[in-house]
Amino acid sequence: MPAQLGSCAGIAFPRAASGGQHGGIPHRTGRHGGSPHLRTLTHVTTDVPALLTALTARVRQAAHARTAACPCGAATLADRPDATVVRHGGTVAKAHPADADHAELSLRVTAAARLPGVFLPPLAPAPADLHGRLVTYWPYGTPVDPEDPDAAPWESAATLLARLHRTPAPAAVPPMRGPAKAALAVARLRDTAPGHPATGPVLAAWAALPAWARGAAAMPDPTTLCHGDLHLGQLVRHPAPAGPWLLIDVDDLGTGVPAWDLARPAAWYACGLLPPEQWHRFLTAYRARGGPAVPADGDPWPALDVPARALTAQTAARAVTKAVLADRPLDEVEHALVDACARMAAVRPAAPRG
Amino acid sequence: MQCPKCHAPMHTYNRNGVQIEQCSGCRGIFLDYGELESLTRLEAQWSQPAPPAPPAAPQAYPAAQAPAWGAPQHGGHGHYGHHRQKSFGRMLFSS
Repeated sequence: MPAQLGSCAGIAFPRAASGGQHGGIPHRTGRHGGSPHLRTLTHVTTDVPALLTALTARVRQAAHARTAACPCGAATLADRPDATVVRHGGTVAKAHPADADHAELSLRVTAAARLPGVFLPPLAPAPADLHGRLVTYWPYGTPVDPEDPDAAPWESAATLLARLHRTPAPAAVPPMRGPAKAALAVARLRDTAPGHPATGPVLAAWAALPAWARGAAAMPDPTTLCHGDLHLGQLVRHPAPAGPWLLIDVDDLGTGVPAWDLARPAAWYACGLLPPEQWHRFLTAYRARGGPAVPADGDPWPALDVPARALTAQTAARAVTKAVLADRPLDEVEHALVDACARMAAVRPAAPRG
Repeated sequence: MQCPKCHAPMHTYNRNGVQIEQCSGCRGIFLDYGELESLTRLEAQWSQPAPPAPPAAPQAYPAAQAPAWGAPQHGGHGHYGHHRQKSFGRMLFSS
């Protein structure tokens, strides 16, 4: 099975078929209005088999419209409550989370289309509606090998982020969703594991953050274009298998604090999980490309501190929630995240950037 | 695996994290690519009784350039072992 493609994957859509591609599949027009916080696992999973079947049919149709001689390499790349991604040949279709907003997703797909050389280009400008889920189409790209994290393209990731952060944001792009997603993960921890010994330190670390980092206020930087959910599953080579690296997954793309995009590797490094050498390769490449999230030299941590704390808390929250649902103890890596949250109590977050 | 010299079976041993195949017959040792270098490195560490200063790489990462809440083992020898790397490897690829 191909590598997990983070929360996205490339997807392609034939020009010929975009527009009238809804043949035979019921088209739900209204978005059903449950709060994202109330979207339960049961609700989502009941939709999934039908969605997966329909999505698989749709991507096959799309792939064959692009190339007559299709090798038909077909696969489900991801099937999670928040995203279903299927590939057929060189075309990938992604069903976005059930609470995705059509207008916002369209703006994000459009923004990606205007960032050639940074984002994988979408095959259709607008999301389609399928079984109540928004679907986008992308070309297939080769992901980072999850079996070989040492081979991760840190310099390319940093270069793409620097380029993204330096690109003037289109006028109409929604805020980057990083803080909102972190808030959801923490809310879920609170609901799922109120009595777990790790929950206290994670919630305390979270509560000490400024409101913007908790998704409770507007971000201080309303102009910089950010990815919003960077990790190694968010890079693919296109054209596959040896083209240049590009960013994928537009779900959280928007304006905000660019240090958020550096903060996941920064958090891994701070927690003692990412070797210093890999973190410094990433940081050095970002600075060399003029990335604006951190000062060009000197200590980058005043800028990284708050987002790295937030992402440590988010990752710890997800890990503890997962462990509690699976009824298993935390592993060593998960403990390292919770321990970092516990240490945060002793040091106040860095003051906001001036 | 069979010994290329005497064809007796070879057994795998782990020496300080380096996999070594040794022949049960002639006691010859087979090293994979890079293993000789790994052993040489280990030997060098043993023969230096007290390294006076950290090696060049960690100097590039001043202690100040990590947050105060960071893991205490900053400075070069973190816990990046294989079992750890596996679980962490999964995390590198998810939100």
